[in-house]
Amino acid sequence: MLGYLVLAIIVFSLAAFYVGRSAGNRFVAVEGAATHSLPGYHGAFVAIWVGVPALVLVLLWLLFQETVIDGLLLAGLPAGAIDGLSAAQTRLLLSEIKNVAGGRMFGTPSEMVLEAAQTYLRWQGIAGWAMIVVAVAIMLIGGFLAYTRLAPRFRARHGVERFVTAFMIFCSAAAILTTLGIIVSLVYESLQFFAMVPAHEFFFGLNWEPQIPIRDDQVAGAGAFGAVPVFLGTLLIATIAMIIAIPVGIFSAIYLVEYADKNVRNFIKPILEILAGVPTVVYGFFAVLTVAPAIRQAGNLLGLSTSPNSALAAGLVMGIMVIPFISSLSDDALRAVPRSLRDGSLAMGATRGETITKVLVPAALPGIMGGVLLAFSRAIGETMIVVMAAGLIATMTINPLDSVTTVTVQIVTLLIGDTAFDSPKTLAAFALGLVLFVVTLCLNVVALTIVRKYREQYD
Amino acid sequence: MTDITAPSVTFADPDRMAALRRRRYAADLRLRFYGIAAICTAIGLLGILVTTLVIGGYSAFTQTHIRVAFDISEDLVDRGDPAQGRWRTVVSDAIEEMFTGVEGADMRAAGQILTNNTQFIVRDAVLRNPGVIGSTLVLEIPAADPYDQLNKGVINRDLPESRRRLNDGQIALWDVLVEQGRVSRPFNWALFFNADSRFPELAGLAGAITGSFYALLVCFVISFPVGIAAAVYLEEFAPRNRLTDIVEVNINNLAAVPSIVFGLLGLAVFLQTFGLPRSAPLVGGLVLALMTLPTIIIVTRASLKAVPPSIREAALGMGASRHQVIMHHVLPLALPGILTGTIIGLAQALGETAPLLLIGMNAFITSPPGGVMEASTALPTQIFIWADSPERGFVARTSAGILVLLGFLITMNAVAIFLRQHLQRTW
Repeated sequence: MLGYLVLAIIVFSLAAFYVGRSAGNRFVAVEGAATHSLPGYHGAFVAIWVGVPALVLVLLWLLFQETVIDGLLLAGLPAGAIDGLSAAQTRLLLSEIKNVAGGRMFGTPSEMVLEAAQTYLRWQGIAGWAMIVVAVAIMLIGGFLAYTRLAPRFRARHGVERFVTAFMIFCSAAAILTTLGIIVSLVYESLQFFAMVPAHEFFFGLNWEPQIPIRDDQVAGAGAFGAVPVFLGTLLIATIAMIIAIPVGIFSAIYLVEYADKNVRNFIKPILEILAGVPTVVYGFFAVLTVAPAIRQAGNLLGLSTSPNSALAAGLVMGIMVIPFISSLSDDALRAVPRSLRDGSLAMGATRGETITKVLVPAALPGIMGGVLLAFSRAIGETMIVVMAAGLIATMTINPLDSVTTVTVQIVTLLIGDTAFDSPKTLAAFALGLVLFVVTLCLNVVALTIVRKYREQYD
Repeated sequence: MTDITAPSVTFADPDRMAALRRRRYAADLRLRFYGIAAICTAIGLLGILVTTLVIGGYSAFTQTHIRVAFDISEDLVDRGDPAQGRWRTVVSDAIEEMFTGVEGADMRAAGQILTNNTQFIVRDAVLRNPGVIGSTLVLEIPAADPYDQLNKGVINRDLPESRRRLNDGQIALWDVLVEQGRVSRPFNWALFFNADSRFPELAGLAGAITGSFYALLVCFVISFPVGIAAAVYLEEFAPRNRLTDIVEVNINNLAAVPSIVFGLLGLAVFLQTFGLPRSAPLVGGLVLALMTLPTIIIVTRASLKAVPPSIREAALGMGASRHQVIMHHVLPLALPGILTGTIIGLAQALGETAPLLLIGMNAFITSPPGGVMEASTALPTQIFIWADSPERGFVARTSAGILVLLGFLITMNAVAIFLRQHLQRTW
């Protein structure tokens, strides 16, 4: 039904466009060059007035229909039916009603639920038809109003361009809205979490056992929300990744910029970029299937006790993933060093290697640092590799052969399966997400500032 | 920063000078060697990655089938209502016929050679073609996972019986089938046309591919127009002031926010606040659109910047309005660059897993979604599900799924490169 409505809006708008344009053609035929706007703009003007208000209405209607019907349903239940029910239980009741209405019955629903399901279906029918009637009415009114304004001197183009500008401003605001949405949702859920678990326990506690029961019949731990071991594990894995990625990334950038000739460079550089394009779930599978067993065997040969999901395996594979970030940003930084510095050093008799280590790298250091910071923030926020290859249990250790857990692993494990937005288990994931967001944001801001400042320095 | 201290040597001593020079050249050579070693490490690791995937995954592109003749007698299957036939008996009769003389426990083992869903495969084949009732129907039935592995050589016959997944009796039964010439190994079309299943031999990617397609469609429909509109406004119309500066910084930072945070946003806003259905490609597409938006905006702005000012000035000089300059001249010229960037952004979105996990696109769903509101998986989440499955057959399926995903990514990037090389103009 919704599809037909959207189709109808499109058809109406197209029709409005042709009607408007033929009016514009008439004006041109009668008035000639004295007409203000081209015929197409007259058409577009009417089409906008027909289509856009109706589309906006349908979107808003869809967003709020469910909430309004829920309210009506609850109000229509027999008196006392929802007294003493918590918010979660009310939601449960509502979803039971909807399941029954959709024909999915589990056991025998009560009389009240059956009746409510009938009401729900009736309301939904009414809402659907009301939406169609209102949308068609709005289209007709809009079209009529717009059409009556058309005249040879009417500035249809200005109207259309004003609308396009408004649309573009709205789209630019989408980016801001996304950021706001992230901040508001994270902060809101985190505040709820900190109302249940004191902030100092979260930030300084040494014990992390979040698997508390959501339903009464679940067997689970007692619950402890001290996130220090989780943070430590994240840092451990990210540090291992950087130990792999920094030398490989920087040395390959140095070779590509200073030693390799153009053909080699054009061949190697895209291959390095492939490493950044491989989906992270692929790296995760690689870590589990190949790297972790290999490390385990090597550890056994050396007589070390190695966990099957050691931090080393996850960190190593993550290191492979962030190599291209470091190498391409170092590459940019090295290339941005002015030619005069390089030539001056070579003219003094320094070898190429000396020029690189004593002139170019110090000069490009801010840019390289920016790249390293960006890669570090990437490593902290990386999810799939650690979800598949790192452990679930938070241990306080910096032994890379032990199993550790990370912030992102905990977010995923806490939110897969049952979620209840009034349980600290679910909300803890949002608190971790907030920490992750703030930390990566700071790293990114610092890194981008360094990179930009450094660029200006040589431009 | 350039404090090269002069070495305190006597210049008259040629031997020491030569030694020093050798050391300096050796240092230069060492640095060059480190560079080559670093590049070889990176490329070698990529090579290992691809090789393990190909070696692990290629076997899943074929599937062992067994040719079985089913006697569809009218006693078991009623012509009037074939769907209610006794299909289990039809299948066990056919198996008994293949293994004449096998009794008891061996017979039960023989019943497990064909895939668990054989009766439904036979039923569907008969429903499609009711004319065969009363005669014999010959079908190629997928072999169950352990026997598929045996046929592909993954299960080593030389291992002692206790360390094998199939005992000697089961292998003997299998060899009977091989002798009868019933075993074949054609291309595994089920990998592309079946949806997910608990049985590796039947599991396919159809559901995941459809789900990914819907999600990418939603992502494209939203992020492409919104991204272009935002970029055009910021690049061509916006006044340079604090507000637009904030928007710019904000877009750059948004591009670097960890993907899982977008998943949290989707969970809290789209599922919790707006009440959209869990696991739906619509929600996945919305989240991916928010993630792709910064990429498209940044790429579009770069393409718009690359259009020379002379074009704008000429159009303005001809009396076009600013909107007409952009819509009629600048945007069409920038379009190849924008398309290239969009395809690369969509390719990234296709490989994204973490946010889809949080909005529940990792459910076990055995039929492809019929629309954007129906529960579904996506390619990367399907890979994640399979990677977590304990059955041995899913290891090869996972690698094969990854190869399919990489195939899609390579195709998309190749299209992007083609567009860049053949349509983009340089001035």
